[in-house]
Amino acid sequence: MPDALLTFLLRTGDNALILSHRLSEWCGHAPALEEDIALANTALDLLGQAQLWLELAGAVEGKGRTADNLAYLRDASSFRNLKMVERPNGDYGQTLMRQFLFDAWHHALLADLTTSADTRIAGIAAKAVKEVSYHLGRSSDLVVRLGDGSEESHRRMQAALDELWSYAGECFVADDRDKAAAEAGIAPLPESLKPAWDRVVLDTLKAATLAVPSTRFVHKGGKQGIHTEHLGYILAEMQFLQRAYPGATW
Amino acid sequence: MVIPVEQVWHWLDQVPDPEIPVVSITDLGIVRDISWDDDTLVIAVTPTYSGCPATAVINLDIETALRGHGVEKLRLERRLSPPWTTDWIGSEAQAKLRAYGIAPPSAHGPAACPHCGSGRLEKISQFGSTPCKAAYRCQDCLEPFDYFKCI
Repeated sequence: MPDALLTFLLRTGDNALILSHRLSEWCGHAPALEEDIALANTALDLLGQAQLWLELAGAVEGKGRTADNLAYLRDASSFRNLKMVERPNGDYGQTLMRQFLFDAWHHALLADLTTSADTRIAGIAAKAVKEVSYHLGRSSDLVVRLGDGSEESHRRMQAALDELWSYAGECFVADDRDKAAAEAGIAPLPESLKPAWDRVVLDTLKAATLAVPSTRFVHKGGKQGIHTEHLGYILAEMQFLQRAYPGATW
Repeated sequence: MVIPVEQVWHWLDQVPDPEIPVVSITDLGIVRDISWDDDTLVIAVTPTYSGCPATAVINLDIETALRGHGVEKLRLERRLSPPWTTDWIGSEAQAKLRAYGIAPPSAHGPAACPHCGSGRLEKISQFGSTPCKAAYRCQDCLEPFDYFKCI
């Protein structure tokens, strides 16, 4: 059980941390000023949430590791994030589509966690769900605008959806730790979030005139620490300072 | 000598928010509780947005202000529950925001342009200069303005 709790916290914190880092890569490069500010702000919300989850993970683990220790001093195989969030940003359509697919799941998860048997988790979730509901409002709106936009924007959004669809599936695949967490009332079973996700995602894709991909293949493994090569590059950048100058502060 | 908590509240009423200095941290509802734990003054503070960088500055400002008033033993506690909501911004603080050029939070977006009072508004950007704000423009006086997002 303590293992299931710790794993759940690392998974939730790592998703927020890695996606936050990916979004930060757009800072100063987004196609419009408003988009630049929006992605930086979304990244900031996720970073704040990552801090809360990882701080609790460190406390639960009981070995004195802080949120910073967990973020900066773990190697790729110790990260528990979904493979979807470590995908390279690609073009802006891919970044937005990934955000939308993630937001829809993240929102369903957090809404459920507000009634977690662990009041610390419920507290963080109640705070984060308000921020994420704003993220979802924005990303779903943009998916519709760009999907149902010009020929070029439609083509790019469909390509992004086709590429990311098989990664989104990992959100709903349970392992033993998920099952143990669900039994303890800590977190919902992953597959139980699928109907809520389907409702939001399928309605939005329809409004966006995008075709739901037919593939049933799912890229798995991120939650167990088996990552794509992309995560190593993210960590190389994110962790460089603390690795090269251990304990550096400013 | 134990300082009455009412006195401490009054001191914190004078600490401006670092991003929007026209309102105080108590106006924004960031200070949740003040109490004494034996001879240590305990201030419960809630973050506005999880990642808001002003949180660290606010904590430092609280500590600086209270040390300036002679408080020696002090502990700041983060309180996440219940989560911060813009409902905690009182009507007086809303008026201060408006006078400063920021439309206060309301359920369906800004009610009126803080400059000319017009209700013909358009959203420019869902996010603004800080995590708590979005950017709007008035279609009558054409001035852009910040809107304090409602959460």
